[in-house]
Amino acid sequence: MAANIVYREIANKRTFWLLLALCGVFIAGGFWAHLTMEHHGHVITGMDNRIVWGLPHVFAVFLIVAASGALNVASTASVFGKSIYKPLAPLSGLLSVALLAGGLAVLVLDLGRSDRIIVAATRYNFKSIFAWNIFLYTGFFAIVGGYLWMMMERRMNAYAKPLGATAFIWRLVLTTGTGSIFGFLIAREAYQSAVMAPMFISFSLSYGTALYLLTLAAACAIDDRPLGDAVVRRLKNLLATFVAASLYFVAVFHLTNLYFTRNHGVENFILVDGGIFTALFWLGQVAIGSVLPLFLLLAPGVNRCRILLSCIAIVIGGFCQMYVTIIGGQAWPLDLFPGFAASSSFFDGEIHGYVPSLWETLLALGGVALAAAIVIVALKLLRFLPERMDDQTLDPSHSDARAQ
Amino acid sequence: MSEEQKTGRRAFIAASVGAAGFVALAPGVKLMDLAQARAPGESVSGKVRWGMLIDTTKCATGCSDCVAACATENAIEPGSGRPAQSSQWIRKIELKEKTGGHRELSLPMMCQHCANPPCVDVCPTGASFKRADGIVLVDRHICIGCRYCMMACPYQARSFVHEPLHHQNPEVPRGQGCVEACTFCVQRIDRGQGPACVEACGKSGHEAMLFGDLNDPGGEIAKRISTVASSQVRADLRLDPGVRYQGI
Amino acid sequence: MLRHAGLAFAAFVAFIVFALPAVALAGVPKPVIDIANPGQCIASPEVMRRTHMDMLLHQRDKTMHEGQRGGKVDLNGCIDCHASKSNGSVLGSNQNFCQSCHAYAAVKIDCFECHQPKPGKARIAGIKP
Ligand code: SF4
Ligand code: SF4
Repeated sequence: MAANIVYREIANKRTFWLLLALCGVFIAGGFWAHLTMEHHGHVITGMDNRIVWGLPHVFAVFLIVAASGALNVASTASVFGKSIYKPLAPLSGLLSVALLAGGLAVLVLDLGRSDRIIVAATRYNFKSIFAWNIFLYTGFFAIVGGYLWMMMERRMNAYAKPLGATAFIWRLVLTTGTGSIFGFLIAREAYQSAVMAPMFISFSLSYGTALYLLTLAAACAIDDRPLGDAVVRRLKNLLATFVAASLYFVAVFHLTNLYFTRNHGVENFILVDGGIFTALFWLGQVAIGSVLPLFLLLAPGVNRCRILLSCIAIVIGGFCQMYVTIIGGQAWPLDLFPGFAASSSFFDGEIHGYVPSLWETLLALGGVALAAAIVIVALKLLRFLPERMDDQTLDPSHSDARAQ
Repeated sequence: MSEEQKTGRRAFIAASVGAAGFVALAPGVKLMDLAQARAPGESVSGKVRWGMLIDTTKCATGCSDCVAACATENAIEPGSGRPAQSSQWIRKIELKEKTGGHRELSLPMMCQHCANPPCVDVCPTGASFKRADGIVLVDRHICIGCRYCMMACPYQARSFVHEPLHHQNPEVPRGQGCVEACTFCVQRIDRGQGPACVEACGKSGHEAMLFGDLNDPGGEIAKRISTVASSQVRADLRLDPGVRYQGI
Repeated sequence: MLRHAGLAFAAFVAFIVFALPAVALAGVPKPVIDIANPGQCIASPEVMRRTHMDMLLHQRDKTMHEGQRGGKVDLNGCIDCHASKSNGSVLGSNQNFCQSCHAYAAVKIDCFECHQPKPGKARIAGIKP
């Protein structure tokens, strides 16, 4: 089966260069934004002492969370032994590394002293979940890198499975770590929940799979490679499960928060009268990001177009979710003196506003472009994708069985 | 300790005490208790835990002498950006009880120098740290400006320096891209003086702030804490802040 | 008087040791340094040139983490002595003490991202630094 599959680089030069140039423009924009922010300081951004993490963090956390989920297809292939996905696994590994690189680049370039990144790499506070994440991220690069190599080098194929299993466990820990960045903030009412980590894992599964399907479809479109319906349809079921699980955790998260009377304020803020945050939550995260994809995926007569549409909806919903979680969680003022109305020159007791500036928007988009560029260049230089991905090639036994 | 060393040390302490010019208000009342001044080259001691007791019944609404004194001592100027982008090491919070008699209170809020500081727990590089004498500081040499500590601090005590600075006090280095907060005027403590805000509060005549070693049973602050009812802000978080409030 | 002790960042030790002779050989003119207060430093010029960054780095951690101040090594002490008489700073032109050598050796100084390059005396005397 796998033996007669031919892998090919991208052949369509024109489209390749066009896409790369487009990414290049955004990467340059992001880097320019970084240099400007480093020169003038964060005073030129929309971030401040109240909204300390802004749009760059929304994008970075989204990319990092999706990175772990993008590994789904590879995990299903080698850990759960679903051979139909095997030819699609290398792209899955590639996408996850690219997304992680894009997200980390944004995080690092947004630091107040990104020139001191060497300090972050040499001095650790082992109590900090952030420091743990530095290890988790570098480990992820190494493991997925090795895994890719084992998958793509015929002689090494035998080792792909144990490495795939390691990668699978590693990325679950990684997403737990990313989710815990928020879970550890004891002071912030919006983040105090044990559901945070599992919720982030289910987010990562759905965002990653959605991005994977979109990337796969795009990569096939560049060269007009045939892509079978069976494989896309199988992934669709997986996707629907992940979206449903995410929705379930979101519901649990808010319901358990509502159980604690002290959290009513912040819950009321996000769910009822938080303006932009309430809108993004119900319209973006719930309607577009969860209900619409579930409908598109589960209603009878599903076709590829609907599946891809649902992927786009999931990604949009994902960004909305990150915005609500990260910015919304900071917009709600901390309550230092319960029972008192507080006011001060430092905005105690006030809901904090946030308007992202051009700079942080450019920086955030630069990270997305970087991830895309890595995928495009790798696809052009290395043989990541099979030449044909029609059902016959990917899973002869399956289609034979159906033909009989 | 040899006899000679002892005399030397005593002489030094006497000198620092003189330098500090204990803010003596009425006989027996002093706002700062600094019997623990150290000799040059001596490390801070873990036997000391600096703390503050703020009497909200004496703190006056509208008075911001402590804030002004902090700005002068630590050379904190308003930045060129939006107000939320300027540093505030200490701020006055005005409180109004939501129910009952709508009691009004005014109090200064700054880094509470927690004994279990979440800012230190989350800091990835170890730039946020607690000195042996309980003062929580940011080592700007290793702070990378990730702002995770600002997310973690329950008291919103920290500020991020949003732009280049030029008018620093030579004793208080501050600069773009790092996070900062109240240091209890560590540069003054190290030479045997107390925080500038406490001094200013005494001078204003309100005498709402008392500074000293919480661990010194004979000290004014420890005595007051053991006799009057005081509270820690957000005591439910069990961070054991070094700043205590009276009359909330 | 207890002075604020030295806090400094100096990470380019190897670089300066190797770069100085290399540049000198290439024939770049030696820096012209404005020495405001000629006299005894805490060690000989040879030692200071090669190890001031290590001294400051060591002292920086002592001061920051253990509160040790007023020792022999003290960045503010350096600045008090070496600030130029013309602009009252160790920075400003390629003749100012710190900047002259660092420009010559092409080594970035990180200290003054946060530290005040003008002496504390000015402040105590009421002059705005
Ligand atoms: S008040 Fe905030 S900044 Fe100060 S020690 Fe506590 S957590 Fe850290
Ligand atoms: S901003 Fe600086 S002090 Fe705060 S957590 Fe990050 S590295 Fe630590």
